[in-house]
Amino acid sequence: MSMLSFERKYRVSGGTLIGGSLFDFWIGPFYVGFFGLTAVFFAVLGTIMIIYGASIGPTWNPWKISINPPDIKYGLQLAPLREGGLWQIVTVCAIGAFVSWALRQVEICRKLGMGYHVPFAFSFAILAYVTLVVFRPLAMGAWGYGFPYGIISHLDWMSNTGYSFGNFMYNPVHMIAVTFFFTTVLALALHGSLILSAVNPRPGEVVKTPEYENTFFRDFIGYSIGTLGIHRLGLFLAVTAVFFAAICIFISGPFWAVGNPWSDWWNWYTQLPFWRTGGPV
Amino acid sequence: MSNYQNIFTQIQVRGPAEMGVELPRGDFGRTGTARFIHWLGRFGDAQVGPIYLGILGTLSLVCGFIAFEIIGLHMLQQVHWNPQQFIRKLFYLSLDPPAESYGLRIPPFNEGGAWLMAGFFLTLSVLLWWVRTYRRARALNMGTHVAWAFAAAIWLFLVLGFIRPVLLGHFSEAVPFGIFAHLDWTNNFSLNHGNLFYNPFHMLSIVFLYGSVLLFAMHAGTIMAVSRYGGERELEQVTDRGTASERAALFWRWTMGFNATMESVHRWAWWFAVLCPLCGGIGILLTGTAVDSWYDWGLKHGLAPAAYP
Repeated sequence: MSMLSFERKYRVSGGTLIGGSLFDFWIGPFYVGFFGLTAVFFAVLGTIMIIYGASIGPTWNPWKISINPPDIKYGLQLAPLREGGLWQIVTVCAIGAFVSWALRQVEICRKLGMGYHVPFAFSFAILAYVTLVVFRPLAMGAWGYGFPYGIISHLDWMSNTGYSFGNFMYNPVHMIAVTFFFTTVLALALHGSLILSAVNPRPGEVVKTPEYENTFFRDFIGYSIGTLGIHRLGLFLAVTAVFFAAICIFISGPFWAVGNPWSDWWNWYTQLPFWRTGGPV
Repeated sequence: MSNYQNIFTQIQVRGPAEMGVELPRGDFGRTGTARFIHWLGRFGDAQVGPIYLGILGTLSLVCGFIAFEIIGLHMLQQVHWNPQQFIRKLFYLSLDPPAESYGLRIPPFNEGGAWLMAGFFLTLSVLLWWVRTYRRARALNMGTHVAWAFAAAIWLFLVLGFIRPVLLGHFSEAVPFGIFAHLDWTNNFSLNHGNLFYNPFHMLSIVFLYGSVLLFAMHAGTIMAVSRYGGERELEQVTDRGTASERAALFWRWTMGFNATMESVHRWAWWFAVLCPLCGGIGILLTGTAVDSWYDWGLKHGLAPAAYP
């Protein structure tokens, strides 16, 4: 059995959302549960579809394999398997697997008597994905607006979608999202560093206490958010970054027409009547 | 089901302010007193201050202020010292590097000299702050991990504004100071070099950027979820594992078959965060120096599609 030294006493039954004790068991280190089965089902089916798609496609080069969404002409219909139908099945499988994974995390949280913070945070990642491949295509009226599943092909999609709005970085919500992404990395670097620097002090020194963490940060920037606060902040920054990322692409198309440069959005500000009060512009 | 999710701190204890552990002899004293802000205490620690400024901190702030003033006054000059127009055009204004014809020479003040001077003081400010970061950790006999993580960010900063322009022989390659100006620069940089998405170091940098956000969500979420068992007391959990660490580890073991420990998760965090600007800096440094078009590079190595998409 692949159990940690302290693991046995935590392996208790109960906490499941569905299926009672029927699927309440482990395989190796993995907890199964009803949602473990559905996750494996969707993941295996989706992977087989991708491999099948690669086999009927033009290349086995892993960088170039791509499962493309249907043409815009199919609108919101089901497309033939070889013309985007595979993409539709893979999308359903991906959403099924992601949601199963989140619900399985909920079951594990319940089993271990933990809060639901991790599945809550993960649900924002799912939201961002579903926004890209379901909500935005629905709002624009065709599945063809989803992004292709391939390493280089999804980068090309990003590039082309971005440039269909001029310089996408002028999108105000994209600005907010990027700011939160960079801030999250900064905060993670600071938090990881602080813990490591307290646990790995100068040679010959004893491991430091939270008093030292607080002192270092107050000496450094005048404020220490504290041991609990940094994790609240980290969770908030990470979740907010992903949330605004989802919003910034959702408004591009349904609310700000394709072909309209995002740089024009800022005109409302420079054209406020207020500026005329200061003399000729 | 009224599980306690610990969204805000509900009870705040107000003891005497923590003025910090003793500093070694020869250091200056700390500046300012401690104040308590209730609403900060709802989220994190309520205490603000004191701070250690010292010579390095003071000099760094002065240099940063000089750079800020050069940039700001130059922008104000561009709108003929009209404060209303300054606010109106703030995002459009910029302090640009000198023209290509000046190479690496010092240009007249109004033709890029101001940019060079602002960059000099900003760099000085950042480097002084780095030394301060290192020395504050050493004064408390702690490791210098914060300083080395900061160094990774400084690497990217220096590549963009100094190392790459010097290798190419003119400061005009560097990034301008300005909100929209630096976005335009980034956009054009990618367009001029055949789409940066085909740059493998750009790919890695993005992986570590998103990876860091993922890791912080996972780690912070886990610690918040076991905060009812005292999981946020990480230093104690590292040296003396409690049930919070055990549950946190088992959560991930049962979810994905693998778990970090209370210490190692911070090593993962440190490396992910550090590798983001480190790889980014390498990717920028190679662009225009070793590789002119990343699309052509991708084509040569079987990465990019034959017809430019």
